[in-house]
Amino acid sequence: MTLDLNTLKRIVRQSITTREDEIGCRQCFEQLDRFVEMTLAGKNAAEAMPLVQDHLDHCGDCHQEFEALLDALRALE
Amino acid sequence: MIDRNNDEWIAALSSPGPQRDAALVDLRALLVRGLGYAMARHRNVSGADIEDFAQDALLKILDGLKSFRGESRFTTWAHKVAVHVAFTELRRRRWRDVSLDEATSLPEGSLLPQKWIDPSAKTEQQAMQREILNAMRHVIANELTDKQRQAFITVHIRGMPMAELAEKMNTNRNALYKLLFDARKKLKKQMMAKGLSAQDVLAAFGS
Repeated sequence: MTLDLNTLKRIVRQSITTREDEIGCRQCFEQLDRFVEMTLAGKNAAEAMPLVQDHLDHCGDCHQEFEALLDALRALE
Repeated sequence: MIDRNNDEWIAALSSPGPQRDAALVDLRALLVRGLGYAMARHRNVSGADIEDFAQDALLKILDGLKSFRGESRFTTWAHKVAVHVAFTELRRRRWRDVSLDEATSLPEGSLLPQKWIDPSAKTEQQAMQREILNAMRHVIANELTDKQRQAFITVHIRGMPMAELAEKMNTNRNALYKLLFDARKKLKKQMMAKGLSAQDVLAAFGS
C-alpha cells in the first residue's frame, strides 16, 4: 500500500476542514440533482448549497458520482 | 423522442399502458446515452454493462417516482439514479474479492513517512509539515479507535469505496461515514491543539 503526496494533501485538507454540520451521503444524494443543475447553469452552487459542497469535498464516492453526472449532462446539452 | 416536461414524464410513467411503454423506451435510450458519457473514463465498462445499468435504473426510477420532488428536471434526477446504480455495481465488482485484512495491512512505520517533508521548502514551512505529520501519526496510532483506524486507512489510503467497506465490516454506510467523520474530527482537533490554523495547514503542503 502506498501513500502518495496528493493523497496526503487530500487527507490533511479533508481533516482540517471538517465541520460539525456535515451531512451524510443520503442527504447529499437527495439534493444532488438540484446541485448539478445549478452548476450547469453557471450559478454558484457551492454558495447556494454549502452543505452539499461540503459533503462532496469530504466524500470521494459522492464526488466521483457528481463529476460523472456533470460530464453526462454537459455532453447531452 | 418526445420532449416531455416533468409532469408529462410522471404522468406517462405512473400507470401501465402504451404511454408508459413509450416513455420507458425514451427514458432507457436517454439513460444509455447519459451513462455512455458518465462512464467514459472507465474502460472496463461495456455496452452490455450500460444496458444493464440503465435497466436497473429504470426499475429504481419507477419504484421511486413518488420521491421525485420536482426540484430539478425529471431527466436530471433519472440520470442521477442511473449514475449511482452504475458506480455501485462497478465498485462491487472491483472490490468484492478484496479481503479486509489485505486492505488494511500496513508495514510498520510506513504510514506518513518523513519523506513527505519537502526539503526545498522554507524552514518554517518544513517545520509546519513536520508538525502536521507528527500530529496525524499520533492521532492515527493512539487516538483513533480500532474501527476508526481501520475505516480511515481502508477508505482514505487504500481507496476502498464506503459501501464495500461497510459490507466487509458488517455495518452500514451511515455508520461507516460516522467513523470516518469522527476520525477526521480527532485529526482536526489535534492539529488545532498544536496551534495550527486551518490556513496554516492548508498552505503547509502547498496544495
